[in-house]
Amino acid sequence: MDGRIVVAGASLAGLNAAETLRREGFTGELVVVDADPATPYDKPPLSKQVLAGTWEPEKIVLPAARPDAGLDLTWRLGQRAVGLDVAGRRLRLEGGDELAFDGLVIASGAAPRHLPGTDGIGGVHVLRTLADSLAIRGAVDAGASDVVVIGAGFIGAEAAATCRERGCTVTILEAAPVPFERSLGPRIGPLVADLHRDHGVDVRLGVRIDGLDSDPGRDGNPVTGVRLEGGEVVAADLVIVGIGVAPGVGWLEGAAGITLDNGVVTDATLLAAPGIVAAGDVARWPSARYGELLRIEHWENAIQMGEHAGRTLAAHLAGDADAALPYDPVPWFWSDMYDRKIQLAGRSGPDHDVEVVIGATEERRFVALYGRAGRVEGVLGWNRPRHVMQLRSLVDTPTPWSDGIEQARALA
Amino acid sequence: MRVVVDFDLCESNAVCMGIVPEVFEVRDDDFLYILQENPPEELRSKIEEAVRRCPKQAIAIED
Repeated sequence: MDGRIVVAGASLAGLNAAETLRREGFTGELVVVDADPATPYDKPPLSKQVLAGTWEPEKIVLPAARPDAGLDLTWRLGQRAVGLDVAGRRLRLEGGDELAFDGLVIASGAAPRHLPGTDGIGGVHVLRTLADSLAIRGAVDAGASDVVVIGAGFIGAEAAATCRERGCTVTILEAAPVPFERSLGPRIGPLVADLHRDHGVDVRLGVRIDGLDSDPGRDGNPVTGVRLEGGEVVAADLVIVGIGVAPGVGWLEGAAGITLDNGVVTDATLLAAPGIVAAGDVARWPSARYGELLRIEHWENAIQMGEHAGRTLAAHLAGDADAALPYDPVPWFWSDMYDRKIQLAGRSGPDHDVEVVIGATEERRFVALYGRAGRVEGVLGWNRPRHVMQLRSLVDTPTPWSDGIEQARALA
Repeated sequence: MRVVVDFDLCESNAVCMGIVPEVFEVRDDDFLYILQENPPEELRSKIEEAVRRCPKQAIAIED
């Protein structure tokens, strides 16, 4: 296989696609484009070790970007893709350059949502890139000590934990009355808030934000507080906004031949258009397992989906489209806060039945099953990695709810 | 082939155990144990997958 493949996004998904294309025998030019000028890096440590100051950026360079990777990639870092001509097989870059391609991997990730009206206020940050993480770390290094995290999501909660461990006063503000309800349901979700409270974090639920107060005359972090509806002001010299992300599809708007609907919609094999695949946070594909379109923002999915997209593209370039297989993994993610490791295989949500099958929630070391329609759909562990991995099979293979509970209890 | 784990990095996510239970085992103490330091060649592709999917990039293969 020869020619040129462009990978739009030096992300975990994009680089795993590139690596896979080489493994599958692609010998042509592989060009990786990304607006981020930094050497491609792994993102989970950005809210943990990098933010904590215990790891330097060199330590999180992705394997494919290391000098000894031997993948012969052509880097176009710090260059933003701004347009795509599907029929003409060209990608447009900011500044006017165009890259013709034989194959394209769309792996442009997602971008954090900003709080309206807060752009340009010093001391207000999102957390997505290495630059974001270093900016927050730098603010704490420089003495910021009143941290307010807006939004109780996993990234914000991890950042809150890290800032707390660095000695900051931390407040989490969440609009929903029940924390983590959408991701973990009304029974388990509140345990995450309790974990933070145990460590001295002020977690406020059901609050609405009116705006930010700032003192433009103050150097570094002009933000002085977060104003709540009702008039109360929570003092802050560092605000971290963690209210979710949106798929990075701005550059694809109007690209005829690409379907955009909460991400780039692909077929079951991750093909978005002839010779174009998509993977990672930006991609939405029809999952046979769940009978719906899924877009997953997890680390492991980025790896597996990138690899799968690479195989699909290799099959098409080799003229063997039938070799492209459907993508249908069981989602898995983890989150580390303080000394707890939360892991979930499968799916969980507010409408699932929940059964604690190993340990007890009071110990903060347990396994819970999530079920829906009489079947096991998710396995959640708090400091129970062995059992989560052993019980992942209950989700892999459809298992009746009562059988799943019985099998899980037998492991205890 | 020799499997090496950097135990300073390992956080016992147990992903490797899910992929190659013949080689990796996380026990009830939450620590990872290597069951075979010199596994047979036929496990290579699965071990390579475990290397790629380790959340801490803590596993390496030394030939």
